[in-house]
Amino acid sequence: MADLWTNFLWPLILILIKIMAFVLPLLMAVAYLTYAERKVIAAMHLRKGPNVVGPFGLLQPMADGLKLFIKETVVPTGANPLVFLLAPVVTFVLALVGWAVIPVADGWVIADINVGILYLFAVSSLGIYGIIMAGWASNSKYSFLGALRSAAQMVSYEVSIGFVIISVLMSAGSLNLSNIVRAQSGLWYFIPHFPMFVLFLISALAETNRTPFDLPEAESELVGGYNTEYSAMTFAMFFLGEYANMILMSSLCTILFLGGWLPPVAVAPFTWVPGIVWFALKVAAVLFFYLWARATLPRYRYDQLMRLGWKIFLPLSLGWVVVTAVALHLFGWLPK
Amino acid sequence: MTAFVFYLFAALSVASGAMVVTARNPVHSVLFLILTFFNVAGLFVLLGAEFVAMIMVIVYVGAVAVLFLFVVMMLDIHAVTLREGFLKILPLGSAVALVLLSELTLVFAGWVLAPDIDAVRAAPAPDLAELSNTEAIGAVLYTDYIYLFQLAGVVLLVGMIGSIMLTLRARSGVKRQDPLAQAARPLEDCIEVKKVAIGKGV
Repeated sequence: MADLWTNFLWPLILILIKIMAFVLPLLMAVAYLTYAERKVIAAMHLRKGPNVVGPFGLLQPMADGLKLFIKETVVPTGANPLVFLLAPVVTFVLALVGWAVIPVADGWVIADINVGILYLFAVSSLGIYGIIMAGWASNSKYSFLGALRSAAQMVSYEVSIGFVIISVLMSAGSLNLSNIVRAQSGLWYFIPHFPMFVLFLISALAETNRTPFDLPEAESELVGGYNTEYSAMTFAMFFLGEYANMILMSSLCTILFLGGWLPPVAVAPFTWVPGIVWFALKVAAVLFFYLWARATLPRYRYDQLMRLGWKIFLPLSLGWVVVTAVALHLFGWLPK
Repeated sequence: MTAFVFYLFAALSVASGAMVVTARNPVHSVLFLILTFFNVAGLFVLLGAEFVAMIMVIVYVGAVAVLFLFVVMMLDIHAVTLREGFLKILPLGSAVALVLLSELTLVFAGWVLAPDIDAVRAAPAPDLAELSNTEAIGAVLYTDYIYLFQLAGVVLLVGMIGSIMLTLRARSGVKRQDPLAQAARPLEDCIEVKKVAIGKGV
């Protein structure tokens, strides 16, 4: 009995506590990201944004959540009910499981696995399923078109994200996210890999279906795209999933290019600040870029989107892999 | 504990594999296929081959199955019409299955029948205590098996070029956007600045 406790139950409880310690702040971050988005875009449009519920409108996300929670979930008559309800669950769960391998500070990670970056890549490539299942199960033209667009778009941009990741991996010499961050203690990778940093930021927009690549839910042509038929909590789960994915991609960007939890300069006043604060600041900066892009850019046309992905990003990132490999080999910079 | 997890994954993958062939709705079949891939990836993780497991999920679930799902959804196949010739093709199908099964048996159980093959199987495994299995695979793949690896790449390239050639067609009379030409236009050709007096038109 004592054996069962020490070998199985106690580690299980410990993992559950860790998971709660990650998920609760994450959900708060998601809630306040929606608030931040509305405030930032409002500021850029010279409006005020939400300012009625609570001081400075700070309770707006709670009000929105409550509203979605008490609404009725409508399942269309022609829909395939099981897949219809499974789709938002898949989206939401996939947006959360990626966090298992994200190191938010030195040693602060649930599962410090050797193939962390591949795991994240796998999870982000699975994100398509939630959307494509939603589009099909809704049995609606708009949803289906949105889902098809989304599948093609995410598969296309995943290719270039893969190559960008490979360039960084070659420089770091590890697939473990903590080791990738440690390898940047001298120089953050956004300096030597600057073109790939830009390319990754843009691909991340496409991967998370954000403006200017939000064709899957283009409201002017597809009503709401894949989530046309969804209401109440099912819609809320898509919404939460999308925002959690944004934060996940921003964290990935922070880890790959912006030195994760590392301070900008490793000298006294900067090193006093705990790693998690640096991590959060960098993630917030990348998220601001997302919001900025949404307030600034018009939506891409579908053929332009595909052209950008396949004819520009793919050759560029593939070429950069070759350049990186040659440079590492010639100058003897290969990580041991 | 490991045994329990193994049997869980194994049973689930066999069960969902059976559901792939028996599900009435083709889209459900593909979804069950994805579940099978997941369970097999789980089995790889149990074996300590986490690199293979992740590649399995990325390639098969993240790319191949998406295209399957894409095609099955677009084609609007009905299971009833698919089942029509079932009895007619059953003998041929089972013959193919039998051949595949016996080949797999020969590959995996070869060292039982011919003990000297065992050396080949055991040879290229480096010590996993020293290397992570990504490094271990890389060290073998890019040295001992480099030609086979390159050959596999060439085969895939041929397949890719072939499929592009099949769908490529040059149509005349299509107006295409040339973004480079658009971006390279000088400012004077695009806009004209005029001072408009108040109360008058241009």
